[in-house]
Amino acid sequence: MLNKTFGLAIAATVATVALSGQAMARDQIRIVGSSTVFPFSTAVAEAFGSTGSFKTPVVESTGSGGGLKLFCAGADLNTPDITNASRRIKKSEVETCAKNGVTDITEVKIGYDGIVLANSKEVAPMKLTKKQIFAALAKQVPIDGKLVDNPYKTWKDIDPSLPDTKIEVLGPPPTSGTRDAFVELAMEGGAKGYDMLTALRKSDKKAFTSVAHSVREDGAYIEAGENDNLIVQKLEANKDAVGIFGFSFLDQNSDKLQGATVGGVEPTFDNIADGQYGISRSLFFYVKDSHVGEVPGIKEFIAEFTSEKAFGEFGYLTEKGLIPLTEAERVKVRKEALDLAPLKLM
Amino acid sequence: MTDQAQKEGGNAWQSEAFIKNLTKRKRAERRFRLTGLLAIITALTLLAILLFSIVSKGYTAFVQTFVTLDITFSEEVIDPNGTRDPMELRSANYSKLVQNALRAKFPEVTSRRDLRRLFSLVSGDADTKLREMVENNPELIGKTEPVSLLAGDDVDMVNKGYIDRNLIEDDRRVKDMELSWLDVLEADGDIEIHFNTGFFTNGDSREPEKAGIAGAMVGSFYTLVITMVIAFPIGVMTAIYLEEFAAKNKLTDLIEVNINNLAAVPSIVFGLLGLAIFLNVAHLPRSAPIVGGLTLALMTLPTIIIAARAAIRAVPDSIRQAALGLGASNQQAAFHHILPLSMPGILTGTIIGLSQALGETAPLLMIGMVAFIADIPSGFGDPATVMPVQIFLWADSPERAFVEKTSGAIMVLLGFLILMNAFAIFLRKKFERRW
Repeated sequence: MLNKTFGLAIAATVATVALSGQAMARDQIRIVGSSTVFPFSTAVAEAFGSTGSFKTPVVESTGSGGGLKLFCAGADLNTPDITNASRRIKKSEVETCAKNGVTDITEVKIGYDGIVLANSKEVAPMKLTKKQIFAALAKQVPIDGKLVDNPYKTWKDIDPSLPDTKIEVLGPPPTSGTRDAFVELAMEGGAKGYDMLTALRKSDKKAFTSVAHSVREDGAYIEAGENDNLIVQKLEANKDAVGIFGFSFLDQNSDKLQGATVGGVEPTFDNIADGQYGISRSLFFYVKDSHVGEVPGIKEFIAEFTSEKAFGEFGYLTEKGLIPLTEAERVKVRKEALDLAPLKLM
Repeated sequence: MTDQAQKEGGNAWQSEAFIKNLTKRKRAERRFRLTGLLAIITALTLLAILLFSIVSKGYTAFVQTFVTLDITFSEEVIDPNGTRDPMELRSANYSKLVQNALRAKFPEVTSRRDLRRLFSLVSGDADTKLREMVENNPELIGKTEPVSLLAGDDVDMVNKGYIDRNLIEDDRRVKDMELSWLDVLEADGDIEIHFNTGFFTNGDSREPEKAGIAGAMVGSFYTLVITMVIAFPIGVMTAIYLEEFAAKNKLTDLIEVNINNLAAVPSIVFGLLGLAIFLNVAHLPRSAPIVGGLTLALMTLPTIIIAARAAIRAVPDSIRQAALGLGASNQQAAFHHILPLSMPGILTGTIIGLSQALGETAPLLMIGMVAFIADIPSGFGDPATVMPVQIFLWADSPERAFVEKTSGAIMVLLGFLILMNAFAIFLRKKFERRW
């Protein structure tokens, strides 16, 4: 008897597997991509779903690179419709896409995100420049015309105006888009402050990039994982440490943390929005045009995302920490997005 | 030592060397006991610290702040044409009702920025509640009634004491203006704390006050059902075959080594396997409990096989011999006698394997179950997430109010694990036979 029950159970499961395998057509939008865009994308998905006309889209947080890989895997309906990215799509990725039959992609820029360096409120705020950030975090720094392994142990070693505490920076690991952007904007920007490295940039761009993008590995930079909340908690416990994370986490924890000024500019909403704050990047999502019409609601979702009440100056996304585009940019983005304008890479 | 004792005559037990040796051994034993005790105390302290930190952060997730407002269900907002058409009632702008009520309560607020702050006192969930009220009882239109509405997450955080009112204004998310409104509401007795039923009935949400674990619980349920339906019969059959029927040779030895080895393979490897087989080859839907269940079944199988084999081996051979002696076939002996007797042990092993699967996230990462899914899944093919994944997603969210949600969800998950393991112990105590 027992035997029969087992047999039935197995048969039933096999049947279920076979059946659900056939359910190819979708009535629900699938979104993958950057963990930085995730909070915004999910907020729009929820607002979009609550109108009742369409199912709430499923949003996966896979990282920008992982998302584009899934997005470019093919044009059939088993692949995602939209991918979020905290950087622009790369040429190589567009090529992969095209090779797999994804030829029409629409790019939608949704806003900016500032990357902040912050420490506990209990100590004095830091006043940094990009050059100092580079000096504190690079693997090799130029001293007396030569590249040497980073000798700086305390902030004061770099500049007498900085506090006499050990350099201890908690930041994202190399897999993170935040780290990519930080290295590109802050470190590379800082490296350009050295004449020697600027000269190197002209003669050997590759060598320059490798110097500018290498973060020290002697324990001063601590990779704290992708979880920004973890960094926030560690900063509360360790007053001397400095953390690197997205602006929205500083915004939410403004009672405990303070952002360091970079080049004299404070990381505030307004300063990031008007481009004064130096370490900020654009956020995007990419739409697979061939799925529009196949999966219901994609166009309406884009409309919701690019509506004034979402990504506008006082939209609900700004409450989640998104720094909005300027009004003129918003109008342009909205029009191009709704026309499904093809991607143009410069 | 005995030889020596005999040589030295009967008094060797009291000899100096012996007593010295005895005290030494007793001391060693005392030392060992003390270390053992210390080990247990350390473990218990760490557990207590863990539980304390979770419970102290998370117990507030089970209550939620509500704001009572006098809502006027004005006809011109809900049903301007006066048709009472259900479609029209459904799509009406219910937030307007809340906004009107708040404006009436605080007429001095006029600037656009301040109004936005004022409206954020009440959660966006209020619309749904008012809509349901009107749909269930269209009579309400035109009347004014006090309605208890879910408060926004910032208000909730202040009310629960997570935001310090004494900080300077710039350092707080909640500004003086909002605090003064709150004080007015508080003085009028309009702020209440209720049990948070939404936490157990809602799906995930980006608004902390609305977010619940129902979606994750249902997802976990579907996933575990698949895991059990696949892993239990296959595991038990494998164990019976290997123990009762298979010949002992190099091949079965190899299988045994491999099963034990699989039980120790990191779970992410099973996730990759699931991605390769179920998604890329079988083209099953991404993020679906069926794929999650199949993947977790692969992971749980070795545990169940090992537990089932141990349970079958524990049945005395005499029972097998007696059955065979009375003319039962091997199959009859296995299914009529050995299996029922070993069932308590097998079930215990299965439940422990399943509770392991319940707490697993890593393999689900690869098959797309780590995702924001607001709708509560209604079948094995619907996109779903599971409880540990929900905890992971909330722990990663910037909003402060998700901290308590995270701990609250951990408490619920721990509750389920304790229930499952207690059930396993109960089964063992109740049905286990000793020979």
